[in-house]
Amino acid sequence: MLHIINKSPYERPALDSALKTGEGAILLIEDGVYAAVKGGAAEAKIKAAQGKFKVYALQADLEARGMIDRVTEGVTVVDYGGFVDLVAEYKTNQSWL
Amino acid sequence: MSVKKFMFVNRKAPYGTIYAWEALEVVLIAAAFEQDVSLCFLDDGVFQLKKGHNTKAIETKAFEKTWGALEDYDITKLYVDAESLAERGLTADDLAVPVEVLSRAEIGKLMEEQDVLLSF
Amino acid sequence: MKFAILVNEGPSTHKASDTAYQFAKAALAKGHEIFRVFFYHDGVNNATRLTTPPQDDRHIVNRWSKLAEEHKLDMVVCVAAAQRRGIVDEGEMKRNGKDATNLAPGFRISGLGQLIEAGIQADRLVVFGD
Repeated sequence: MLHIINKSPYERPALDSALKTGEGAILLIEDGVYAAVKGGAAEAKIKAAQGKFKVYALQADLEARGMIDRVTEGVTVVDYGGFVDLVAEYKTNQSWL
Repeated sequence: MSVKKFMFVNRKAPYGTIYAWEALEVVLIAAAFEQDVSLCFLDDGVFQLKKGHNTKAIETKAFEKTWGALEDYDITKLYVDAESLAERGLTADDLAVPVEVLSRAEIGKLMEEQDVLLSF
Repeated sequence: MKFAILVNEGPSTHKASDTAYQFAKAALAKGHEIFRVFFYHDGVNNATRLTTPPQDDRHIVNRWSKLAEEHKLDMVVCVAAAQRRGIVDEGEMKRNGKDATNLAPGFRISGLGQLIEAGIQADRLVVFGD
């Protein structure tokens, strides 16, 4: 399934919670994109998750936050159309609000 | 009307925000539409189920009575994450209604089986 | 594919409504159908025509109204959540003895059953909130 995360990993446990619960794909949006940034504590978490999950991050939110050039290796950057495609691809999705 | 599997994912504590209360209103409507409804509680959502709420002094409606009423709506699938309970110093005995305590992996499997996951 | 969208936050504090709007636009551009956009919790505040954002800022309410007009979107505001937050149409004004309405064009007020129906009818339901 698709897990949609809009919270910074430095503020709330949404990413941790999703990682513990399932497998499939993670889409990072809004403040969730800070998890896709390399060099921070979240990088190791994302790298460890990559065996079980495909990880995606929303381009517009990375750009807005000045982080588009610091995306962790293996994370796929998608636009809103890519967001739509992911929702269509996975039968179920959960927003970890 | 076709029947779909609706799971309500409750991850927020009860009274600091209105999310949990308004989620419950949706749960009851889904049951009225005779859908296959289940509730799962993880992270701070487990606090919603703690028994002994007394909300008189905060002038807010309490949750406890509503949990008891879920059975009247044929909602009997209440799943609680074991890890979230333990992390918060709670056990199933602290909860206002009978629930099924499951592991994260089991909850993840149940989520995969749903048609619609609603979280607020 | 048929999508349904749930918006749980208002236009001003959180990004949920923005992201939902961009998602809806992208889905329509790809030829998908939006069965319904449902506004719940503070999301009902996306439906007041009385908002006046600064001129150099996006007008989130008008943007939804325009998208609804262009694509004949069904945008539904939850009646119970709307009553709590003072979102009023003609019928609600009369029923509750209010002296004004503020529902923006393209929105309609109805019950939570419309959300469940959207969940049943659509292939996918996506939740945008905080």
